[in-house]
Amino acid sequence: MAKAAKSKADGARSGGSKTARPVTRRRKAPPPPAITKANAGEALEYYRQMLLIRRFEEKAGQMYGMGLIGGFCHLYIGQEAVVTGMQAAIEEGDTQLTSYRDHGHMLACGMDAKGVMAELTGRIGGYSKGKGGSMHMFSREKNFFGGHGIVGAQVPIGAGLGFAHKYRGNGRISLTYFGDGSANQGQVYEAFNMAALWQLPVIFIVENNQYAMGTAVGRASAQTELYRRGESIGIPGVQVDGMDVLAVKAAGDVAVKHVRGGKGPMLMEMKTYRYRGHSMSDPAKYRTKEEVQRVRSERDPIDHLREMILASGVAREADLKALDREVKDIVTEAAEFAQNSPEPDPSELYTDILVEV
Amino acid sequence: MPVTITMPALSPTMTEGTLANWLVAEGESVNPGDMIAEIETDKATMEVEAVDEGVVGKLLVPAGTENIAVNTPIVILLLDGEDAAAMDNMPAGAAPQAEPEPEPAPAPTAAAAVAAPVAEAIVEDELPPGTEMVTMTVRDALRDAMAEEMRHDEDVFLMGEEVAEYQGAYKISQGLLEEFGGRRVIDTPITEHGFTGLAVGAAFGGLKPIVEFMTFNFAMQAIDQIINSAAKTRYMSGGQMGCPIVFRGANGIASRVAAQHSQCYASWYAHCPGLKVVSPYSAADAKGLLKSAIRDPNPVVFLESELMYGHAFEVPVLDDHTVPIGKARVARQGSDVTIVAFSIAVGWALEAADILASDGISAEVVDLRTVRPLDLATILQSVGKTNRCVTVEEGWLGCGIGAELSACIMEQAFDDLDAPVSRVGGADVPMPYAANLEKLSVPDAAAIAATAKAVCYR
Repeated sequence: MAKAAKSKADGARSGGSKTARPVTRRRKAPPPPAITKANAGEALEYYRQMLLIRRFEEKAGQMYGMGLIGGFCHLYIGQEAVVTGMQAAIEEGDTQLTSYRDHGHMLACGMDAKGVMAELTGRIGGYSKGKGGSMHMFSREKNFFGGHGIVGAQVPIGAGLGFAHKYRGNGRISLTYFGDGSANQGQVYEAFNMAALWQLPVIFIVENNQYAMGTAVGRASAQTELYRRGESIGIPGVQVDGMDVLAVKAAGDVAVKHVRGGKGPMLMEMKTYRYRGHSMSDPAKYRTKEEVQRVRSERDPIDHLREMILASGVAREADLKALDREVKDIVTEAAEFAQNSPEPDPSELYTDILVEV
Repeated sequence: MPVTITMPALSPTMTEGTLANWLVAEGESVNPGDMIAEIETDKATMEVEAVDEGVVGKLLVPAGTENIAVNTPIVILLLDGEDAAAMDNMPAGAAPQAEPEPEPAPAPTAAAAVAAPVAEAIVEDELPPGTEMVTMTVRDALRDAMAEEMRHDEDVFLMGEEVAEYQGAYKISQGLLEEFGGRRVIDTPITEHGFTGLAVGAAFGGLKPIVEFMTFNFAMQAIDQIINSAAKTRYMSGGQMGCPIVFRGANGIASRVAAQHSQCYASWYAHCPGLKVVSPYSAADAKGLLKSAIRDPNPVVFLESELMYGHAFEVPVLDDHTVPIGKARVARQGSDVTIVAFSIAVGWALEAADILASDGISAEVVDLRTVRPLDLATILQSVGKTNRCVTVEEGWLGCGIGAELSACIMEQAFDDLDAPVSRVGGADVPMPYAANLEKLSVPDAAAIAATAKAVCYR
C-alpha cells in the first residue's frame, strides 16, 4: 500500500514563490488538550455553540415536518464539533463558505438564529429576504460567503476569496468547507492546484460524514483517506477527529498558523457523521439504524464534551443546564420570528438582480 | 526545376504578413528544417523552415516588406545540381499553388482592413463635436480599455490562459504584463471551470477580475460558475453580495476550425437574468464598452469576434471614452427597412445596406452593441419609422437573439409592422470544416439583402 511520501525536498527549499513547491506532508493531528481552569471558559462556549446548532437543527426539522419550511433542508446534526472548533481557531475578518449543509456554519460565525430560521421559512426577515432559502445564505457582516447549492462549486470560489486576501495582502485566510461528496468533483482539484501554485491562504476542510447522499465514501472514492487528496500537488493534509471539538480546535490552530504564515493551503479532513438523512426525504436504506445509534451513543460530540467538562470539575450539572435553557430560548425566539416575519412583498420579485448603475 | 517557396499562412485567419527578416542569403545552402525567414503576422512573429534541401537562388522580396499576401512567392530554392540559370526557365506562376484559400468568412476580413485601414466613420451624436479620431484595430482598442481601467483601479486584474507571458493567444493583452506585472496579469493553468470559480470568489471578495477565455467555446466548461455563481448570487443573497466581473474573449464564428471552436454564445448568456451581455462591432465600441463593463458592478459577459480583432476603425481620442451598456447605435440611417445586428454581423448588414441602396431600398442598420439588456426603445423607434425588420446573427436561429427581437417587436409594435419580422442567422448545423460547407453555414450580405428585399415585397 501507499507509503508516506518522503519529504526529500525539505532541505532544498528555494526562496522564490515561483519555483518553491510545498513538500507533500501528511500531518499528524495534535492531541486534544485536557479541560482545565485555564480553558474552561472556551470549553463552555464550545458546548453552548454546539448545543445551539443541535437545537436549532432539531427545531428546523420539526418545522419542516409542519410544512413551514419548503424545498431541500440539510441538517448538520452530528457534525457540530467541526465548525465550532474551526470557528474558535480563526480571527475576525477571515472569510468562510460551504456547500448547502450550511446552517451550522452560519450560527458558528455569529449570524443571528432569527435571520437564519426566517430564511428557512422564506420570510423577509431572512438573511436573503427569503429569496435564497436553506442553501443560499450570506452575511457580508460576518464574512460568510454562502451557502452554495452546486456540489463542489464553492471550492474554487473559496480559493478565490483566498486569492483576494493575498492580492490585498490583508493577512486574512479563507476557510473553504466541502463534503466527501464534493471531494470527487474535478473543480475541487483545479482549485487545489491553483491554491498550491499561487500559495493562497486557504484551508480546505473536507467534512467527511461518510455518505454523499446515500453513497458511502468507499463506494465513490478510490482513495478514501480524503486528507491525502492534495498530496500530488504538495498540499499538506491532516486527518482530524471531527467528533471532538477540542481536537478540531487544536488541529485548526496548527492549520491557521501554517496558512496565515504564507506557506500555502492546507487540507483538513474532519472525520464526522451526520445523524439525520441527507435531506428531509431520505429513505435511510444505505446504512443501518444500529450504525447511526452506535455513533450517537459512543461518539456524540456534545455528550463527549459534556462528560469532559463535568469530569474536569470546571462546571457543574446546574451550569450546563443554564446553558441548555439559554440555547432553548434563542431557538424558540428564532422559530417564532421565522413564523411571524412576513413573506417578501411581491415587489421584491424584481429586486436584487443587478446593481443599478 | 527550382522550388518556389511562398508566403505561408500561419494561422487560420491570416491572409497576409510582413517578411521581417531573412535568415539566409542568396547562394547559401539550406537543409530541411533550417530556418529561412521570420514572418510577422498581426498575432505573432514566427520562423519559416525549409522543407527541401538546396541552395537559395533568389530572395524575391526584401526583408521588411509588409502586407505580403499568403501564397505570394518569396524565395526560389535551387535543388541538387541546379544553377541560377534554371530560374530563367521557370514558367510564370510556377509557384506551387496551395489549395485556394477559402474566404474565411464572407465578412470584412481582418487583414483587408489592416492593409489599408479603411476606418469606418461612426454615425454618432454621442461624441463631443470636434473630437479627434485615431485609426485603431479592435485588438488594440480592447487592450487599451483594459490598460486604462487597470491604471485607474488597483482592484482590476486580468486572468486567463496565456494572457501574460505569451501576450494573449490572440494578442489582446500585449504589453499588459510588462506594465502591470505578474500580480495583476495572471497566467492560469488550462482549467476554465476552476479559474472561473476562483475569479468569481475574488469578485465576491471585492476585487474586479477580467477573465479572458481564449475563446468562449471553452467557457462552456465554466458556465456553471458564470450562471449559478456569478449571475445568481446577488439575488440569492437578497442584494448583499455583488460580483463585479468581466468574462471576455473570442466568440462566434472563426475560420476553418469546425464545430467545437466556432459558434456564437450570445443567446446562451442573454437568456439569464443577473448577467449583462455585450457584443461590440467597432473598435470604438469595443473600447468604450469594455471600459464600462469593467466598471460595472455586475457580471458582464463580453463577447468579441475573433475575425474582427484585426479590423481597424476610427476611435475617439479622449481621456476616458466609455460607451453605456444597454444602448444600441443606429449605424446607418434609412427609411424602408430596419436591419438589426450585433458584432461582426453589423459589417454584413452595412454591406447589405449598400446592395439594397443600389436597388433603391433605404435600409437602416441598428447595431445592438448590448444583447442583454436589449435597447428596445431604439429598435422600436426604428421599426416605427421603417415598418419592416430583419434580424441578423451568427448563431443558430432557434431560441436566438433574432427570435427574442421578433417576439418583442411583435408584442410591442405589432401595428407598426407592414411585414413579418424576418431572421437571418447561421445554418442549424454544427459548424462544418469544409470550406464550401462553412461558407454555406454563415450568413452574408447577399442573404441579408435578399431577406430585406423579401420583407419589402420587392
